[in-house]
Amino acid sequence: MQSLKGRFRRETGERADPAPSRLKYRLQRWMLTPGIRFGLRFGIPFCLIFAAGSAYLADEGRRDALRGLVNDARAAIEERPEFMVNVMAVDGAGTSVAQDIREVVPLDFPVSSFDLDLQQIRDVITGLDPVKSASVRIRPGGILQVDVEEREPALIWRSREGLALLDESGIHVAELGHRSLHPDLPLIAGEGADGEAAEALRLFAAARPLGARLRGLVRVGERRWDVVLDRKQRIMLPAENPVPALERVLAVSEVQDLLERDVAAVDMRLAGRPTIRMTENSVENWWRIRQLNGGGQ
Amino acid sequence: MTDLYQSQRAMRQMRRQAMQRGVVAILDVGSSKIACLVLRFDGTGKLSEDGSIGALAGQSGFRVIGAATTRSRGVQFGEINAMQETERAIRTAVQAAQKMAEVRVDHVIACFSGANPRSYGLDSKLELEGQVVSENEVAQVLASCEVPEYGAGREVLHAQPVNFALDNRSGLGDPRGQMGQTLAVDMHMLTVDAIAVQNLVRCIQRCDLELAGIASSAYASGFSSLVEDEQELGAACIDMGGGSTSISVFMKKHMIYADAVRLGGDHITSDISMGLGVPLANAERIKTFCGGVHATGADDRDMIDIGGDTGDWEHDRRTVSRAELIGIMRPRVEEILEEVRARLDAAGFEYLPSQQIVLTGGSSQIMGLDGLASRILGQQVRLGRPLRVHGLPQSATGPGFASAVGLCLFAAHPQDEWWDFDMPASRHPAGTLGRAVRWFRDNW
Repeated sequence: MQSLKGRFRRETGERADPAPSRLKYRLQRWMLTPGIRFGLRFGIPFCLIFAAGSAYLADEGRRDALRGLVNDARAAIEERPEFMVNVMAVDGAGTSVAQDIREVVPLDFPVSSFDLDLQQIRDVITGLDPVKSASVRIRPGGILQVDVEEREPALIWRSREGLALLDESGIHVAELGHRSLHPDLPLIAGEGADGEAAEALRLFAAARPLGARLRGLVRVGERRWDVVLDRKQRIMLPAENPVPALERVLAVSEVQDLLERDVAAVDMRLAGRPTIRMTENSVENWWRIRQLNGGGQ
Repeated sequence: MTDLYQSQRAMRQMRRQAMQRGVVAILDVGSSKIACLVLRFDGTGKLSEDGSIGALAGQSGFRVIGAATTRSRGVQFGEINAMQETERAIRTAVQAAQKMAEVRVDHVIACFSGANPRSYGLDSKLELEGQVVSENEVAQVLASCEVPEYGAGREVLHAQPVNFALDNRSGLGDPRGQMGQTLAVDMHMLTVDAIAVQNLVRCIQRCDLELAGIASSAYASGFSSLVEDEQELGAACIDMGGGSTSISVFMKKHMIYADAVRLGGDHITSDISMGLGVPLANAERIKTFCGGVHATGADDRDMIDIGGDTGDWEHDRRTVSRAELIGIMRPRVEEILEEVRARLDAAGFEYLPSQQIVLTGGSSQIMGLDGLASRILGQQVRLGRPLRVHGLPQSATGPGFASAVGLCLFAAHPQDEWWDFDMPASRHPAGTLGRAVRWFRDNW
């Protein structure tokens, strides 16, 4: 019987058996497994790079150096003259408003355009009372251009705090020191009058026939309007539909000269029962005239 | 019978898994070489770009992506007799094929030629309950076949329904849904030595592979080297391998008989080695390059250098004439063919309508074999090569690869076997519940 050991080392010099060892065979099959192949191709390089990166960055000094390098590069780019903003230009605002804008946007020029938060600047400017809307952009040539649209004052509101200018939607525009600074603007008064500025403006439009007799509007109980005329006359309007009620009074007045007479108040609060209150003086006169005429009948 | 069902069904299940994964290896364990092919299944077969129909009429659906051959070791007469050696040889072949395919293979379908295959014809008859044949009744008639005593230590390798008959109509391929009274079936069963199969299974398992199917190489080579009309009309395929010559008879596209002669090309080689006094490797080379079975006048003058490496000048420069070589080979080839003739006669081959004989296998490449075979086996003899399949390398298209290629076809399109049908309910060793369910089903 031939020997069982070393039987492939033939004396004739024939090459040994090409059969792979069991380990080699298993290894080859293992390497052909899709998961292993993927792991070798992508997983191991990824892990190596990750490990090398982590090892490099584990040191505080190297981390700082890297961060400094990045910051330097960033600053070098940001501070190029092409990106610098030197001037702020405010258009469409009066002198005082422009002053205010420059006050609330405290920038010390020159500043890099990367450091400017235009949205935030715009929000700050729009937050000012006299500013209706604003657009902020960086113009070529390093100019921060601010285009402002101011609020137009439409009403004067007299309250306990003093006089204030309101725009047509009742938003506060500015404090007013003296009524005579804006003699052309209509006056309103009373708690909560600013919330109904649009209605007030409609009433003023309807009350135009009253001309110079009109003193202003008073908001009563935060629910309805009184039209105040000179000679302490009042037209009390209902909470609902005040404009037709006012127009009705004016029509009656035009035909009957209602408001020219000695009337203290025209009460329109109940549409079905308009009431007139006469002044004390005229009531006494009327009583006297009745006594004279008919002996009190 | 239940365990047979189960083991074969487990292999079928494994084959299905392999098809799902798309890669399966084919392993032909022969006595002279071990061939491994790696197949990739890519869905159904497609027509080629120009719309023409390819070699397999577009029905193959697989592609050979790796092929490797190695010299077989430890296999004699198609049976494993040195397990470690065979395992190493299988590892070599599988590794090389995997390397070529660049994919890991876990499932393997194997074939082998030895282990004394023996054929049995079974038949059975069943009265149908209704008028129409149902699938369950097909399974019942298959299950009711009388299984002969094939002896202890044997195992069923193939059991294929070959023919169905309904009343007096025979030759039905698929009786399901047809009308009739009596269903009869003919079945072909092939048994082999269980030990040989177990050895092969064990070898494959030791290579970390799962066995997804096992076939007789007689069946596989008949499948690949007989053309379609030969399979239909009746033909015998003779696969002349190294250690054994296997015979399969096909009819109506089913194998109806298989056998093996334990003689092959290795015996011719050893005859040459003994007759001329040369080493086996030299004898093999001389047989391959100069062998033949018909001597002519020119062969007397054709001197062959038979060599040797003893160092003796005279001994190493010996020559023989080709006529002498043929004189050694021819009796052995005749013996093989006569043995085959005897087996075919025993199987009643002469009663088939067509008596085509196809010679394939590595030893069928001996020059002039077809002339000698037609003298012994009958007039209709041809040399067969396996079918062309996609991606098969040129080196693996010879007749020696007939059973490997046949196994590819077997993997792609297996024929129905006994165990592919559901075991009928009455065969189940059912418990009380199962019996109750069956009683309900039978009575309502």
